[in-house]
Amino acid sequence: MKQIIIGLGSCGIAAGGLKVKDTLQHLADQAGPTLTVGETGCMGMCYCEPMVEVRDEAGNRTIYGHVDEARAEEIFRHHIQGGTPLAEAVIVTSDGGGHEAGFLEKQVRLVLERCGAIDPESIDDAIGMEAYVGLEKALDTMTPAQVIDEVLTAGIKGRGGAGFPTGLKWKFAAGYEADQKYIICNADEGDPGAFMDRSILEGDPHSVIEGLIIGGYAIGATKGYIYARAEYPIAIRRLKIAIEQAEARGFLGKNILDSGFDFSLTIKEGAGAFVCGEETALIESIEGNRGMPRIRPPFPAEKGLFGKPSNINNVETLANIGWIIRRGAGAFAALGTEESNGTKVFALAGKVRRGGLVEIPIGMTIREVVDTIGGGTVSGKPLKAVQMGGPSGGCIPAELMDTVIDYQPLAETGAIMGSGGMIVMDADNCMVDIARYFLQFTQSESCGKCTFCKIGTKRMLETLERITQGEGAEGDVERLEHLSHQIKTNALCGLGQTAPNPVLTTIRYFRNEYDNHIRNKKCTTSQCKALIHYDILAGKCIGCTICAKKCPVDAIRGKVKELHSIEQDKCTKCGICKSVCKFDAVVVE
Amino acid sequence: MCQNCAQTSKYWDPFEAILTNWAGDRSQLIPLLQQLQDAYGYLPEDVIARLSQRTGIFVSSIMGVATFYSQFRLEPVGKHVVKICFGTACHVIGAENIADAICHELGITLGGTTEDRQFTVESVACIGCCSLAPVIMIDDETHGRLTPETARAVIRDVRAKEA
Repeated sequence: MKQIIIGLGSCGIAAGGLKVKDTLQHLADQAGPTLTVGETGCMGMCYCEPMVEVRDEAGNRTIYGHVDEARAEEIFRHHIQGGTPLAEAVIVTSDGGGHEAGFLEKQVRLVLERCGAIDPESIDDAIGMEAYVGLEKALDTMTPAQVIDEVLTAGIKGRGGAGFPTGLKWKFAAGYEADQKYIICNADEGDPGAFMDRSILEGDPHSVIEGLIIGGYAIGATKGYIYARAEYPIAIRRLKIAIEQAEARGFLGKNILDSGFDFSLTIKEGAGAFVCGEETALIESIEGNRGMPRIRPPFPAEKGLFGKPSNINNVETLANIGWIIRRGAGAFAALGTEESNGTKVFALAGKVRRGGLVEIPIGMTIREVVDTIGGGTVSGKPLKAVQMGGPSGGCIPAELMDTVIDYQPLAETGAIMGSGGMIVMDADNCMVDIARYFLQFTQSESCGKCTFCKIGTKRMLETLERITQGEGAEGDVERLEHLSHQIKTNALCGLGQTAPNPVLTTIRYFRNEYDNHIRNKKCTTSQCKALIHYDILAGKCIGCTICAKKCPVDAIRGKVKELHSIEQDKCTKCGICKSVCKFDAVVVE
Repeated sequence: MCQNCAQTSKYWDPFEAILTNWAGDRSQLIPLLQQLQDAYGYLPEDVIARLSQRTGIFVSSIMGVATFYSQFRLEPVGKHVVKICFGTACHVIGAENIADAICHELGITLGGTTEDRQFTVESVACIGCCSLAPVIMIDDETHGRLTPETARAVIRDVRAKEA
């Protein structure tokens, strides 16, 4: 039977996937029981949403992009009824065809192998692609110590950002005796510009559940928690369904697969606090308190949740575990570099032509990801920088695009591997503004427990705001650097210690932009609104009135066929007039 | 606090239903507050006071938690909550212009509620739909690939449906 499958991750739904599904469902109902209409999670090609796949009886896949309701009807008539694919709309096929095949060519899908291929609400689909095979192997044939050894040999490092070896973390937690231990999945993906964990949870929740059960078995924890962002309602709903299904199949609960091992899983919804991504803050939050980090030691492996030995892993880390046990540490270690094994998932976004979810073997260069997979900048303008690691990371300039994506080489640039946010910026982005943006974020998310973070980031933000408003003074950059080093050394937790990174990297690579703001009161990219104003050129304006009509705040005056002018005190500097003028009469200075 | 509602016993029905789950475990506080906010739209003072009486958790502790997490509101909100995404991808593509357009359209500032209590406009750190940037969320529906003009149109659509 032919299948029509609609991509309904958050991106797919946001782009209108549900309407497309309704249209196709309606057509399929009329056609009779010759085909099914199903759904899947994120296929990774978010830039092509909404996406529709037609899978034939032999399992051959044809994927269409940018499908609206009209296009869905066309696909139905051509491909389902007529039997020939609608060639111009095909983006990828399972035999490597389609005009967007280049997006997938260089990727290695290990964590994402089932994402976009299965119905995330069907455990049978997941099992059909080897979900829980690793769990069975671990419980049937391995001792907890052997599981830890396998993960150690695989060499996987934490994918949440810091890169601590997962096997070692498990070994520590396993080493403490207690009447109760816990394993926790950190799904509090708070980095702005990152959506890896959301996509995994939405597309293949069983991979994370399997990882947690295996981890629980390894360290001796019988209870697990998934701490998920409340902003991810679809992920939470699918996780709940997946947990119920896993319980019904005996993968969760008492005496799992007759092994004698018990394990139960609870979802905790976060309530909106970036700092809860820090593991001790996350523990405080599960306990019902303000999410403020604890002083370490004792580390969670010794005294964590409710004072018991606990282990906390990120979503992507856990999604690797089932694969590692199933395929063996050797297969995993065959991917990656000398120092770091496996793959890494990135959320490629910003001013890139092909934005989406990308999984690559560690060791690829940034250039390969941005150019070969991402297709370069969407504007066609030169790439200026790539921001990696979100508020804890940094801006890597165009000249360092050949940097290898691995923990150490990235750390040397001043950025970090991070959890996987990769934001592309072109020549139109102001680097001082980007630094201010991230500082504003970390400052508002600072929990207030330690002085260096609470007050230090505030002072840094004030300085950056002055600079972007044209009130910067000589010595500001040095003051920023001084404060940055103080905060990095003295803040209590990772949020504070890494908060200065976006500022330090932009100073390191784009010092001239800081100087231009401070000395010349100029923002060459016209992003800092206090430093720019729009004008209409007398020689060029023909009085077509389009700018006046489009101005959202009625700031443009002028009669037909007469020179127009902008009322500066009303103008919000949104730039619409410039973008609609066909005569290049609007200028920004 | 809504005085009219408070006088009727119905006002406390959702509260009582939610509190039947209370098992004396402090780690339930955040889920309880989430459920109460779902039921009341925000966390009214009298609800917090009664929660404290029933659970034995000090009002100061409850307020500490309620003010720490951005999800909790201590003021009522409009019928529709417009969340403007200020994630990195949205920021570099022009979230600020979207926010300006929406706020101008509704005649309020970020964080405010319209006089007719139809709309509240909030900023949110990241919705996670970065490849559709710039993005906003109205109630539970996400709108992506916006321009200032289409953002205004989305607001007008919601308004037209209410009229």
